[in-house]
Amino acid sequence: MSTATKQIEELANTEYKYGFATDVEQDIIPVGLDEDVVRLISSKKGEPQWLLDWRLKAFRAWLKMTEPHWQNVTYAPIDYQGVSYYAAPSEKKKLNSLDEVDPEIRATFNKLGIPIEEQKLLSNVAVDAVFDSVSVATTFRSKLAELGIIFCSFSEAVKDHPDLVKEYLGSVVPHTDNYFAALNSAVFSDGSFVYIPKGTRCPMELSTYFRINAKNTGQFERTLIIADEGAYVSYLEGCTAPMRDENQLHAAVVELIAHKDATIKYSTVQNWYPGDKNGKGGIYNFVTKRGICKGDRSKITWTQVETGSAVTWKYPSCILQGDDSVGEFYSVAVTNNFQQADTGTKMIHLGKNTRSTIVSKGISAGKGQNTYRGAVKIGKKAANARNYSQCDSLLIGDRCGAHTFPYLEIKNTTAKVEHEASTSKIGEDQMFYCESRGITKEDAINMIVSGFCKDVFRELPMEFAVEAQKLLGISLEGSVG
Amino acid sequence: MLDVKNLKVRVEDKEILRGITLSVKAGEVHAIMGPNGSGKSTFARALAGHPGYEVTEGSVTYKGQDLLEMDPDERAREGVFMAFQYPVEIPGVNNAYFLKAALNAKRKHQGLEELDAMDFMALVKEKAKILDIDEKMLLRSVNEGFSGGEKKRNEIFHMAVLEPALAVLDETDSGLDIDALRIVSQGVNAMRSPDRAFIVVTHYQRLLNYIVPDYVHVLSDGCLVRSGGRELALELEEKGYGWLEAAPRLGSGQAVVGARK
Ligand SMILES: Nc1ncnc2c1ncn2[C@@H]1O[C@H](COP(=O)(O)OP(=O)(O)OP(=O)(O)O)[C@@H](O)[C@H]1O
Ligand SMILES: [Mg+2]
Repeated sequence: MSTATKQIEELANTEYKYGFATDVEQDIIPVGLDEDVVRLISSKKGEPQWLLDWRLKAFRAWLKMTEPHWQNVTYAPIDYQGVSYYAAPSEKKKLNSLDEVDPEIRATFNKLGIPIEEQKLLSNVAVDAVFDSVSVATTFRSKLAELGIIFCSFSEAVKDHPDLVKEYLGSVVPHTDNYFAALNSAVFSDGSFVYIPKGTRCPMELSTYFRINAKNTGQFERTLIIADEGAYVSYLEGCTAPMRDENQLHAAVVELIAHKDATIKYSTVQNWYPGDKNGKGGIYNFVTKRGICKGDRSKITWTQVETGSAVTWKYPSCILQGDDSVGEFYSVAVTNNFQQADTGTKMIHLGKNTRSTIVSKGISAGKGQNTYRGAVKIGKKAANARNYSQCDSLLIGDRCGAHTFPYLEIKNTTAKVEHEASTSKIGEDQMFYCESRGITKEDAINMIVSGFCKDVFRELPMEFAVEAQKLLGISLEGSVG
Repeated sequence: MLDVKNLKVRVEDKEILRGITLSVKAGEVHAIMGPNGSGKSTFARALAGHPGYEVTEGSVTYKGQDLLEMDPDERAREGVFMAFQYPVEIPGVNNAYFLKAALNAKRKHQGLEELDAMDFMALVKEKAKILDIDEKMLLRSVNEGFSGGEKKRNEIFHMAVLEPALAVLDETDSGLDIDALRIVSQGVNAMRSPDRAFIVVTHYQRLLNYIVPDYVHVLSDGCLVRSGGRELALELEEKGYGWLEAAPRLGSGQAVVGARK
């Protein structure tokens, strides 16, 4: 290996900077999973019978399923009985303002550079801070309520808007969809719920910060977003987790429903603990995200920047059911050290004149393995469907890997599908060119990588794009002398 | 300004430069000519500090400092600039943004205040005008999709903005059309000054009609085999390099640098 390549690799080996844990008393149920645990979770949350029945159905389905292993990742077997399926901060009384939030928790947010108050005041972002599994602080609720917008924790939605939850829960990701979705359906703890009424444009970006904190606690978030006819919403999800030695399982489910003429933008910046330099520890991130463009001219855009987790398994997808509906997927996935990511999307064209765009940027450094897996399906009735896919991989160093698996299934002859793919290396030549102009190695890598990801960053809301760029820097840069 | 002594450079276990000695004073323009594969670009890259080019022997002193001890970015901030024979594309990185980062890195190093976007754009627009560069090129990604000639012109544009003390131009004339050659040469000539030196690598004596060198050196098989004044380029144009091969090898590859005119 040449010197430049070595230096690039050194740069890429940065310690996870957000590794710290908070000491907050936790209400944790014992490890293990059976029907009683499912009942216990449901009763702790004071859920109605129909939801308990749904959980139990999912649990029984899960028992008959086997963990999937077709993905291009390897990891130590997960002991599902060694996980505790519920944790909530013991401080549970309703809070009227952020001042009432546990100072420990506030301090943690500050260390992460997420000053809630500042965000609240300056950036016009409503923050629903999910600490572990239960919402601790929710802001801007009243302002949104004036417009008829519902933005609350999933548990609150179950209590206050049971009809909506009942109608849409599992309508996009059925409880039998896959192994991890079934598990989530059985034991999900909390998450977010959004409903935007007809003809309403949500006036602010909605955002949630998830954190994994309790040792040995699986995270099973459940998010449900519904945009009624002509509604618009942009939802931001971001997270970072403290340094932990054990592998932590995260199996979230996100369901999006866009009715006629509605638009949902769902953006994620994910920075969970990826494990140490030797591949020890780190989060397993097995997520099911799916949206349905139910009505004509509806649109769903998934944008994700994935820099964390030891193993990522994630395919945000769109079902394009309405005529002229649009699905988009923009993704940046970074794998460094021993990280593995198998991610991509599914675009399922059912309606006429449906269009989808896929832009995937994979960056591998260290011994990271990055797989893009994308499926484009065009149904019999999807006349004039269009898809454009672009999958680019960037390799840093020569011990990492990039893999691309595009799947196509076309049942209508009027469809037009385009696929472009490229793999490039941050070459010595690119680095040398920057350096020969006086730009430091660190800045050069940052610049080249940001340039590579530009098409995706452009899709992120402004404040998120900045954060994403910062995260990318943190996961690829080093403390160069 | 630059003192190269018995420089030997190896690339992937192959010795390419076999002992180059060359002295460049501030204010001078040196032309380096020589057959394909003789090591001209290798010399340029070694001066700029390309990590793939290993110096096995010799020394390079630049403004009294050991150049070989410096990283490539340090060299650049100290005022060494190389215009690439094959400029590199950096997709997604805006040309103006790139240059601003480069210029400010240098200014910071010199203890000057960094330029803000407004001042920078004013400076850049002025330089672009002199070199007849379309402003659209500033907003495009660095060299991406540039034509061969545009890339070369962009290199000179970078040079004009960064104002180096020592500029090494590796075949900047190749691929330029007649008008561009004139414009670029004018740009270079405008930058000639008593405290700036140029090393110009070229295959064509034509360029040297525009950028008149003080010295011409011939590099052959990793050694400087002949040095002279301007007229050497004319002689080469007429006779080719063949006759030099017949000439006796100079001991240890050192060139005899003619006295200043
Ligand atoms: N990175 C490299 N790897 C292998 N060989 C190299 C490398 N760089 C240069 N060489 C070899 O070194 C020799 C000199 O190359 P160099 O590019 O310096 O020649 P040059 O004089 O600039 O030629 P030209 O006039 O064609 O530009 C050539 O034989 C070339 O193949
Ligand atoms: Mg050359």
